[in-house]
Amino acid sequence: MEKQADIIVAGGGLGGSLAALALSHQGFTVCMVDAAPPADKTLPDFDGRTTALAYASVRLFRRLGLWDDLAADAGAINDILVTDGRPADRFRKGHQATGFLHFDSSQLAEDTPLGWIVENRRLRQVMNAALEASEAIRVIAPATVGPVETGPASVSVPLSTGETLTASLLVAADGRRSPLRERAGIRTLNWSYPQTGIVCTVAHEKDHLGIAQEFFLPSGPFAILPLTNNRSSLVWTEKADRAGSFLALSDEDFVTEIEKRFGPYLGALSLDGPRWSYPLAFHLATKFHGDRMALVGDAAHGIHPIAGQGYNLGVKDIAALCDVLAEHRGAGLDIGHGTALAQYDRWRQFDSASLAFGTDVLNRLFSNDNPALRLVRSTGMGLVNRVDPLRNMFMKQAGADLGTLPSLMQP
Amino acid sequence: MSETANKAESTRQAPVCSPSGTTVDAGEIDKFSAMAADWWDPTGKFKPLHKFNPIRLTHIRNEICAHFGRDPNAPRPLEGLRLLDIGCGGGLVSEPMARLGAEVTGIDAAEKNVKTALTHAAEQGVTVDYRATTAEDLLASDIEPFDVVLNLEVVEHVADVDLFLKTSANLVRPGGIMFVATINRTLKAFATAKFAAEYILRWLPIGTHDQNKFVKPEEARHALEGAGMVVEPPVGMTYQPLSDKWHVTGDASVNYMITATKPQLS
Ligand SMILES: Cc1cc2nc3c(=O)[nH]c(=O)nc-3n(C[C@H](O)[C@H](O)[C@H](O)COP(=O)(O)OP(=O)(O)OC[C@H]3O[C@@H](n4cnc5c(N)ncnc54)[C@H](O)[C@@H]3O)c2cc1C
Ligand SMILES: C[S@@+](CC[C@H](N)C(=O)[O-])C[C@H]1O[C@@H](n2cnc3c(N)ncnc32)[C@H](O)[C@@H]1O
Repeated sequence: MEKQADIIVAGGGLGGSLAALALSHQGFTVCMVDAAPPADKTLPDFDGRTTALAYASVRLFRRLGLWDDLAADAGAINDILVTDGRPADRFRKGHQATGFLHFDSSQLAEDTPLGWIVENRRLRQVMNAALEASEAIRVIAPATVGPVETGPASVSVPLSTGETLTASLLVAADGRRSPLRERAGIRTLNWSYPQTGIVCTVAHEKDHLGIAQEFFLPSGPFAILPLTNNRSSLVWTEKADRAGSFLALSDEDFVTEIEKRFGPYLGALSLDGPRWSYPLAFHLATKFHGDRMALVGDAAHGIHPIAGQGYNLGVKDIAALCDVLAEHRGAGLDIGHGTALAQYDRWRQFDSASLAFGTDVLNRLFSNDNPALRLVRSTGMGLVNRVDPLRNMFMKQAGADLGTLPSLMQP
Repeated sequence: MSETANKAESTRQAPVCSPSGTTVDAGEIDKFSAMAADWWDPTGKFKPLHKFNPIRLTHIRNEICAHFGRDPNAPRPLEGLRLLDIGCGGGLVSEPMARLGAEVTGIDAAEKNVKTALTHAAEQGVTVDYRATTAEDLLASDIEPFDVVLNLEVVEHVADVDLFLKTSANLVRPGGIMFVATINRTLKAFATAKFAAEYILRWLPIGTHDQNKFVKPEEARHALEGAGMVVEPPVGMTYQPLSDKWHVTGDASVNYMITATKPQLS
C-alpha cells in the first residue's frame, strides 16, 4: 500500500508535537494529525499551565534545536526546598518544620540547574514554529483519526477530512482519554484523586533566586515554581470539594488565601493572568503498544503533578521510541514489527509504572494530617536530607536522569 | 552404520563440491517445515530470533561496511553487494539485508520456509531471490560466488558440519566475507541455550536443538581455514536476563559469531 510517511503521529499536544519533531530529527517522515487547529493551541486561554522540564529532558530540546527559543523565557530551578507542615504552624515564630528537604543543583555531577519552568503556551508556540518549518513533517489539523486498520506491512487511519493516511507505524499521542488506546482494547489502571489542581501565575516583589518550593499541606502539595521576571507559577493541590469555593473568590480574596499558604518570603503578591483548575487523576496503560501502534505521553500514563514529572515521562517515551526505531531501521528491520514495539514497551512500562506509583504513594503519604504519618514523613525526610546518595537519587529522579537513558537524553 | 562411515570418509577425501555429500538432516528439515507459518510472529516460536535480530544484524552490517569500506549509517549501506543467506528460514535476515541495499539470494532446504519467506517479502515490497535448495546444489550449479555469505544459526542443524562450512566458503568470492553464527558446545551453552531457552523460558519448541550438534568455534575455524578462509576470533552474543537484552560481548561460550574473509587472488 502507498505510504504517505514512515510514521503517523495522532495528537498534536505537547507529547505529539515533540514526537513528530524528534522522529523527524531521526530521519523519519511524519504526518501529525491533531483535533485542534494549531493557532488555537497558543491562544492565551488555551492552556495556563507551566511545565517543569527536567534537565535530562532539556538535553532533548537542545538536540532538536528548540531550546534556543525557549531559554529566554524559562525559569531555572537551582534549588528545591520541600517543607512538611501546616501553614498556620509554619509561620509561627520559632517554629521548626516537622520535615525539611533541600535539593541543591550544585551537588549534581554536571553543572546544570535541576530543571526549568516553562509556560506551556510558550512551549506550544516554539514547537508549532518548528513543525511548520520542517520539511519532513506534514501537519494535518484540525482533523481527527478514525478506526485503525493494520496490514502485513502498514497501518492505515481514515481522517475526518476524508483522507486516509498509511504508514509503517502509528504513534498514539492522543491524550489521557486516548481514543486509539480504547479502540485497540488496551486497558488502563485508573482512579481519580479527590483533589483539584489550581494553577495560576503570581508576580512578587522579591527575587525567588531560582528556588522551587513545595509545601506539603494537609489538602495536598502546594508548589511555587520560579518563572522569569519576578513571577512564579503556583500549582496548588486542594481537596476537590473545597477547590470550587477558592476559585469563586474575588482576586483580592484569592490572593489572601495564597498568601496564607505562601508566606511572606517573596514580599507582596499579585495575580498575573487567570486562574485555572484541573481535576487530578491517575492512569497507566497495561500495555504501551498495539498492532503497529506505540502509545506515548498521556495516552500511556497520567500521574499526580506532585513531582512535576508527567510530561517528562512522555519526553522519555519519545526519546526511547526514537532509539528503538533508529536501531531497527539501521538493521534493515520493519519499524512497525511487534518486536520493535515490544522492546519499546519493556523499556518504558517499568519506568513509568515505578514513577506513577511512587508519586501516588507520595501524595497519599503527604496529603494528610494524620500524626502518625507526619512522624513517618519527618523521619523519612530527615533521612533523605542527611543521606547523600539518597538525596542524589531524588535529585536525579527530579532531573528525569534515572534508569536507562535514551541517547537523545544523555549528556 | 557403514553408510555414515562412508559419508565421513567421503567428506574427508572428496572435493568439497562433491555431489555425493549432503548437508541435509531430513529430521531437522521436517521440524522447521512444521513451524513455517510461525516465522514472522513476534510472539511465536521464533521470538528469540526476532529479539536477537537487531544486534546481530547491526553487527553484520558494521562488519560488512568495515570490510568493503562503506558508511554503515548510509540509508542503504549494502547497495550493490551480492549476498547469499544459507538456511534463510522465513527470511528474518534476508529481508533486512535487502532493505539495506544488498542483492540477496536466500536458500533453505525446507520448501515450506521458502514459501513463507517469498510471501512475506512480497507483502513488504522487498525483493529477495528465494530458492528451495542446499548450499551444495547451489555450488554445483556454477553460480557466480558472492560478496557476502551468511550462515546464521544453521550449522547446528546440518548433517555434515565440515562439508557444510566448506561448501559455504566456496560460495564466497575472493575478497569476500562470510559469517557463521551458532551455539557453542559448552556446559554453559547446554545449560542456557538448550535448557533455559527451550525448556524453561519456552522460547523455542522442545527439540529444536540437539546439543550434540552444537559446534565449537575451533571446529568451525578449522573447517573454514581448510577452505582457504582467514578466520577472525569469535565474538559472543550474550543474553542478559536482567535487562532482557542481547549484547555483543567477548564471551563466546554460548551464542557466538565468526567472521571470515577470503583473500584476494594474487
Ligand atoms: C495541573 C497539572 C500540572 C502539571 N504540571 C506538570 C509539570 O510541571 N511537569 C510535567 O512534566 N508535567 C506536568 N503535567 C502533565 C502534562 O501537562 C501532561 O503530561 C502533558 O501535557 C501531556 O501531553 P500529551 O500530548 O501526551 O497529551 P494532551 O496534551 O492531552 O494532548 C492530546 C492531543 O491529542 C489530540 N487528540 C485527541 N484525540 C484525537 C483524535 N482522535 N484525533 C486527533 N487528535 C486527537 C488533542 O486535540 C490533543 O491536542 C501537569 C498536569 C496537570 C494536570
Ligand atoms: C534456526 S533456522 C535459522 C534461520 C535464519 N538463518 C535465521 O538465523 O534467522 C535454521 C534454518 O536452516 C535450515 N536448514 C537446516 N539444514 C539445512 C541445510 N542443510 N541446508 C539449507 N538449509 C538448512 C532450516 O530449514 C531452517 O530454516
